[in-house]
Amino acid sequence: MTIHTFKPDLPPPTISIGAFGWLRANLFSSWLNTLLTLVGLYLLWLIVPPVLEWAIFKADWTGETRADCSREGACWVFVQARFGQFMYGFYPVELRWRVDAAAWLAIIGAAPLFLRQMPHKLRYGLGYLLVYPLLAYWLLHGGFFGLETVPTSQWGGLMLTVVIAAVGIAGALPLGILLALGRRSDMPAIRVLCVTFIEFWRGVPLITVLFMSSVMLPLFLPEGMNLDKLLRAMLMVVFFEAAYIAEVVRGGLQAIPKGQYEAAAAMGLGYWRSTLLVILPQALKLVIPGIVNTFIALFKDTSLVIIIGLFDFLNSIKRATADPAWLGMSTEGYVFAALVYWMFCFGMSRYSMRLERKLDTGHKR
Amino acid sequence: MRTIDNPRPAGGSLLHDPRARAWLFQILAVIAVVAFGWYLFHNTQTNLAHRGITSGFGFLDNAAGFGISQHLIDYSESDSYGRVFWVGLLNTLLVSVIGIFLATIMGFILGVGRLSSNWLIRQLATLYIEIFRNIPPLLLIFFVYFAVISPLPGPRNSLSLWDAVFVNNRGVQMPAPSAAEGFWAFWLALLVALASVVMLSRWARARRHATGRTFPVFWTSFGLFLAIPWLVTLVAGAPFSWEVPELQRFNIRGGWVVIPELVSIVVALSVYTAAFIGETVRAGIQSVSHGQTEAAASLGLRPGQVLRLVIVPQALRVIVPPLTSQYLNLAKNSSLAAAIGYPDMVSLFAGTVLNQTGQAIETMAITMSVYLAISISISLLMNWYNKRIALIER
Repeated sequence: MTIHTFKPDLPPPTISIGAFGWLRANLFSSWLNTLLTLVGLYLLWLIVPPVLEWAIFKADWTGETRADCSREGACWVFVQARFGQFMYGFYPVELRWRVDAAAWLAIIGAAPLFLRQMPHKLRYGLGYLLVYPLLAYWLLHGGFFGLETVPTSQWGGLMLTVVIAAVGIAGALPLGILLALGRRSDMPAIRVLCVTFIEFWRGVPLITVLFMSSVMLPLFLPEGMNLDKLLRAMLMVVFFEAAYIAEVVRGGLQAIPKGQYEAAAAMGLGYWRSTLLVILPQALKLVIPGIVNTFIALFKDTSLVIIIGLFDFLNSIKRATADPAWLGMSTEGYVFAALVYWMFCFGMSRYSMRLERKLDTGHKR
Repeated sequence: MRTIDNPRPAGGSLLHDPRARAWLFQILAVIAVVAFGWYLFHNTQTNLAHRGITSGFGFLDNAAGFGISQHLIDYSESDSYGRVFWVGLLNTLLVSVIGIFLATIMGFILGVGRLSSNWLIRQLATLYIEIFRNIPPLLLIFFVYFAVISPLPGPRNSLSLWDAVFVNNRGVQMPAPSAAEGFWAFWLALLVALASVVMLSRWARARRHATGRTFPVFWTSFGLFLAIPWLVTLVAGAPFSWEVPELQRFNIRGGWVVIPELVSIVVALSVYTAAFIGETVRAGIQSVSHGQTEAAASLGLRPGQVLRLVIVPQALRVIVPPLTSQYLNLAKNSSLAAAIGYPDMVSLFAGTVLNQTGQAIETMAITMSVYLAISISISLLMNWYNKRIALIER
């Protein structure tokens, strides 16, 4: 009996491996693909070199005034010169440290929540949510404990955008969850009230709501009582986004199988305890992407307060580009604004993806 | 099986009866809402009385007295506020319709691009979506309006396409069609083409059901749609005469003028919404499992047929509901036009008319009900379509 020994495998043809093989498989697999690749390359060639040249290679980075810019490329001097205004609006320059302090406190205070081994995370988080807003109000607005008052009419820039977004998120999430629970309630009156509220706010654009806050809300209030313009805007943002959150959360509630409700009831849990301990933790986990999407929409929607004359980030940039000393800087200003908004929103979406993966317990079907 | 009618434990108070508690909660909630509503109403009444504002919709008949830069129906300064309402409504609808049309086309291209087997196209589509999803639409509108259109040259140095379409900082000027001798014949021919296509597809389907043989309906219809109107035009004369804008000493005269505000808002909103529609379309196509493609292929369908007969009908079921909410978003976002002064519903009615008349409650109520009505009609329309294409299960 002869013993057959296998010869070693021949290597795959060079045309199908390595960089060349990858190119062939992914870019030139058929004549249509080749055509698409060429069109794509042409587009890139059309867009990328001029943009890079404008934004980086021919741009002016240092200087003080418009005269320091050659105008062959972007004039980032403009952004540098107006950076303070973009960040703080008309907040008095000598008091800007208070905004910085509030921001650092927020970051340092929230940091332990992101540590994996932190004990009593829930208790700490709730305490933080109770204490930090008071602290931030004291720092930003002042008026007591020795800090000078800075009226909200002087707030502005990115700081105002972040304040509106943070208040909106902190207010809209709990309200939205309550509305979603109300919409799924067995009590018809509660259900009708919640459905009406949700559908009303979802049916109208935020702009009209903000308009309403500035022209109609004063009529609704008793004589002599005057709510702050910023407060009115925040209230509207909270109601508006709460309606959207409510619909997202409702989706999560509907996805929980009936057995979970029955099991919770069988354990002797009442409505609130079964909701808080059994239903909501599962439902909210399911809809994290939807909730974060709503938060991203909220962050983008804060730009609409320009309509009622608040000086948020976008408005401060719009005003700066209209400044006679810096005419013709619209492109630079708006590109910078887009970059900042983009970083916030993209960051949020990436974080939600991470959170989703972390909380995934593998029960998803 | 025995049902328990009264779960109240013996000796427990009425407060421990869930049904009694439910009643109590509901009554309290309704009382609270009614009291709050009455409080607001009362405050409003007092405030209006103190400021001397009479409520009511009588002001709609008064003359408006201001000009509007774009009106689809005849409008002059002596027309009433009621007329202003229709002008604003039509302008809003114009933005929404053009925006939805463009965003849908771009979105479907992006969605298919994200699933392309071509690496470069996939990356480009992803890049587009990730960039534009994360930027506020208002910023895009400002960018197009202040950073793209404003720096364009004035009318004298317009950029022109074949000397027919002019682009400058006052918007876009393009040839305007008007009815010519062959106008009615042309439309009649289109109607005939449509009717013959409907009949052809019915006949083709009946034949396919009876014999199993297929007929190239799409290409024949395409040919019919081109050939019949073309032949009729040859006989009856051109359907349209084109009024081409002409460059004069300081300005461009004639033709259709698309104001820069309209261009900015349509471009910005379609670019923005297309990114979302792209993601919707991608999710829809991905939701059709690969087994469907393989099963269709094993039945002997060609790739085009697989797509048309198997993938798209199933993907549409997943795509339509979120697509509806994207359309609604676009219609609502069209109100951002107010920020650059495009004469839409919000800037005309909640802006100018409100400021002139001081009728805050009436104008806001009208504006908001218009948007509610638009929202409700789009969702009803899409619900109807969704029901039509929904899976009919056992």
